[in-house]
Amino acid sequence: MANSQRYTREIPHRFRLEAQRFSDGYISLPNRYISPETGTKEFENITLSGKGTILSYTIVHTPSDQFKLAKPYAVAIIETEEGARLTSMITDSEFEDVKIGAKVELVFRKIMEEGHSGILNYGYKAIVVK
Amino acid sequence: MVGIVGYGSYVPRYRIKISTIADQWGDNAATIEKGLMLQEKTVPGRDEDTITIAVEAAKNAVKRAGINPQDIGAVYIGSESHPYAVKPSGTVLIDALGIGPHVHVADFEFACKAGSEAMFVAYSHVKSGNMPYAMGIGADTSQGAPGDALEYSASAGGSAYIFGSENVIAEVIDTHSFTSDTADFWRREYQMYPRHGGRFTGEPAYFKHVLNATGIILEKSGMKASDFAHAVFHMPNGRFPLKAGKTFGFTDEQMKQGWIVNLMGNTYSGSSITGFSAIMDILKPGERALLISFGSGAGSDAFVFEATENITAVQNKAPKIREMLESNRTYLTYGQYVAYRRKIQFND
Repeated sequence: MANSQRYTREIPHRFRLEAQRFSDGYISLPNRYISPETGTKEFENITLSGKGTILSYTIVHTPSDQFKLAKPYAVAIIETEEGARLTSMITDSEFEDVKIGAKVELVFRKIMEEGHSGILNYGYKAIVVK
Repeated sequence: MVGIVGYGSYVPRYRIKISTIADQWGDNAATIEKGLMLQEKTVPGRDEDTITIAVEAAKNAVKRAGINPQDIGAVYIGSESHPYAVKPSGTVLIDALGIGPHVHVADFEFACKAGSEAMFVAYSHVKSGNMPYAMGIGADTSQGAPGDALEYSASAGGSAYIFGSENVIAEVIDTHSFTSDTADFWRREYQMYPRHGGRFTGEPAYFKHVLNATGIILEKSGMKASDFAHAVFHMPNGRFPLKAGKTFGFTDEQMKQGWIVNLMGNTYSGSSITGFSAIMDILKPGERALLISFGSGAGSDAFVFEATENITAVQNKAPKIREMLESNRTYLTYGQYVAYRRKIQFND
């Protein structure tokens, strides 16, 4: 997310979790037109439920400047219940609850600000469901 | 019949206690808590703002309404803390919820009553037959200057109401607005914090508008306090709404469900309408509720609602506001609060 054109183009997957289910079963978030598994171009558009499981995670203590006010924060690879895999920041959760296998739900949050005068980027973050 | 078909609220999980703020500024915590009748207030997370709060509240409203978001013809967000000076909050919300693009969107501003005016306009669209559904939202991440009395109350949260004419859960029986130019509270362009007229915010502002709006809508609708199960008045602190209610004979029992200010603070555009959301969470078919907002500047919107038999089926379809307020709380120190609220200047 670096400019207003990209912000606008990424709205379907960042705001609404719109994904593609390919005929070979691969589910992609964000948009792809060719499956990385088999190369098929046959897919249907689906909307993910926002529920998933943590496959792996890390705690970021030394972030890039854009995220310095959020530190420390967790970033996780999440598999949604539909089978899509995505990377997401974790919010509103205790680090002790961020574990492999923990259930999460995606919520709508501000991801970053482009300085004092640039656009505000919104999208999904994950909350651990206890 | 035209009325509410779905409603939803959201408050952040972060809190600061009134005593924490009082300790910082050398005020007597017990005196402040007793005077304002507040215990703690909500604080937005570092990744939350009026837009994200409005989106979460609106999602809960759509869940309860059980309608296709594409059928919503208008979306209005009222707030005094829209994140952009120029760029609507509402456009982010419609794209997050899958509403539109064939939808009328506007951001409203009127201090603490911007949310009820969004509801007022949404209701009027449906009543006129312009569209099947319209949504009015009030959300804020309100600011009080460090050390100012407002800092004890200014908090974060919001509620969304979808109006329609089918499967109505609470019918609008009557509405009224009472407005005049009153300089009780304001914030100039580029200023970080609002200014206010101290005690002038009371009798000549809050009470003048709230009591007139209430008196007139009761007269118009031919009702009296005993005709209502619940009433909620705008909550700039704990004391003002209780005093306003007492003036018309509303009892503690009628006032207590909507009076959430002691745990939430003043969520500005989301204040009275989130108190009303707490009422909607328990309102029974046939019961009436009175909603009286107030916005500095100044004006007051009044609504009389009557619940239909449909209300009980939707109350559990989304989180209830008192459950949100009373669970999952994370308390901040004053230092954390200052950083969360960006009350200190950072380099780019």
